[in-house]
Amino acid sequence: MLKVDGVSTHIGKIKILHEIYFQVEKGQIVSIIGANGAGKSTLLNTLAGLYRPTSGTITLENDVISGYPANKVVEKGLSLVPEGRQIFSNLTVKENLLLGMFSKYYKEKKLAEENLTKILDMFPSLKKHLKNLGGNLSGGEQQMLAIGRGLMSNPKIILLDEPSMGLAPKIVYEILDTLMIIKEDLGTMVILVEQNVKAALKVCDQAYVIDQGRIIINGTRDEISSNPQVISAYLGIKSAGA
Amino acid sequence: MSKLEKVLYGNRLKPFLFLVGLILMLPFVVKSSYIFTILILIGIYSIVTLGLCLLIGYAGQISLGHAAFFGIGAYTSGVLTTSFQLSPWLALVIGMVTTFFIAYLIGIPILKLKGHFLALATLGINIIFYILILGLNQLTGGAAGLIGIPSLSLFGLPLTDKLFFYFFVWTAALLVLLLSLNIVRSHVGRVLRSIHDSEIATETLGVKVENYKVAIFALSAAFASLAGSMYAHYITFVAPPTFYITKSILFLIMVMVGGAGSVWGAILGTTVIMFLNEIIRFVGHTYFGISGEVEIVVYGLIIILIMMFLPKGLMHVISKPIQKLKQKKKVKIKSHKDMISQKGV
Repeated sequence: MLKVDGVSTHIGKIKILHEIYFQVEKGQIVSIIGANGAGKSTLLNTLAGLYRPTSGTITLENDVISGYPANKVVEKGLSLVPEGRQIFSNLTVKENLLLGMFSKYYKEKKLAEENLTKILDMFPSLKKHLKNLGGNLSGGEQQMLAIGRGLMSNPKIILLDEPSMGLAPKIVYEILDTLMIIKEDLGTMVILVEQNVKAALKVCDQAYVIDQGRIIINGTRDEISSNPQVISAYLGIKSAGA
Repeated sequence: MSKLEKVLYGNRLKPFLFLVGLILMLPFVVKSSYIFTILILIGIYSIVTLGLCLLIGYAGQISLGHAAFFGIGAYTSGVLTTSFQLSPWLALVIGMVTTFFIAYLIGIPILKLKGHFLALATLGINIIFYILILGLNQLTGGAAGLIGIPSLSLFGLPLTDKLFFYFFVWTAALLVLLLSLNIVRSHVGRVLRSIHDSEIATETLGVKVENYKVAIFALSAAFASLAGSMYAHYITFVAPPTFYITKSILFLIMVMVGGAGSVWGAILGTTVIMFLNEIIRFVGHTYFGISGEVEIVVYGLIIILIMMFLPKGLMHVISKPIQKLKQKKKVKIKSHKDMISQKGV
């Protein structure tokens, strides 16, 4: 279980996140939705240790992970797939994946090979590109690679920052399907940050709406999908009340 | 063979043997002592550019201050052997270790900077070093320089002999090349290239990016220091202008011309620029009657042209046809195999 307890984050002098509370239960996909500049990416980066929270604590299965740098957070079992994929375009697909196991690579080379086969079974389209450079893949394949790289370290929770960015609708749904596989086959918790609210609400169990650094609405998928405020503001449909 | 393969894996063996052959052959062909001196300097500068290539081409960090580290090596050797009568070999090692730590300490704050800011910070280091060697004139001889630096000798062989020194320098350069090639291939090399592509993504994979950046910066500085010490013992005289930012820029041009993406490019670029340097001087002097640092103007033009037409450097031009040839061979072999298997059926 991941528990975020009253986390605030400042970037420079500006307070971006205002006392955020939420939690992810085992085997859940949680969506965080919101407009541009709402603080979604800041929240993920704070969880991953790229920013330090100015107050509050983050615990992953009774282990406090807030206040540690990003490289330690990964070792504790949290993996971030950053916004815009950030594939290493000058490295081959295999090298990209192996770097995902960086923290354990020297000690457990066997495990690295095992994980590599596991990830390639999950994303068969990467198999044929193993020796190609990451930069030569298509957008969808790059996103698969980024997710695969994030899964190489056997994380307890994986954070995805806008995986649908710049992808065709069909591919977006393919990627969301793989999230279901991650959840069901690996039992990994998933936090999905999305602007594509419709898509995000299709796969998640729980959703949080974030606005100006505050969580304004939360609930299960069905609750959020039927919330009039969400419908009018994020789904673009005029609700009966509005 | 397996041990050799570990160090000189796959397709690296042939070019390496070619380079060794070339180095062994050149003394028999080159009779002019002037050109021989240039070959020695190419060896010395190659050590610097190899380190710089790891830093720029692989880790993606720029340095416009490597002449300072080159200078720290040269002056440590110079001062320790003249004022303190230390063994040149010991001085060389002390120089390398000192430079490594100095670069490590400087690297911690400045490698947090990126792009132009990092370039300016490293430029600043070079200027500070230049002012220091000018100012500390009791130790360094100030603007007049440091004279009477002893030559090296190895197992009783005096390395004042150009031929011996040539082999000594190139052995060192080849060892640095081997080390660089192996760093590039190792897991560390993979991390460095990933830092080049995306620091954030690398960090989120659990890599302490700063440590790697600082370590490769310090290592490349130590290479520069090694080269600096050799330079001091070869020329037996050091003076501040040799270690000014123009030299740093020259090192950078060598790496860019050869191709920062390849370790071999560093040696190629150094060779090309060193000979070009002499050609420009010769042509400028005899045909145009110009003396002084005309080469600077040409370098500017070279940078622009390389950036426009050959951003991957000369190494890319050379390696591309070779790779195509290899691919054709592969296809031929494959089709041949297919034919045989079809006949078999």
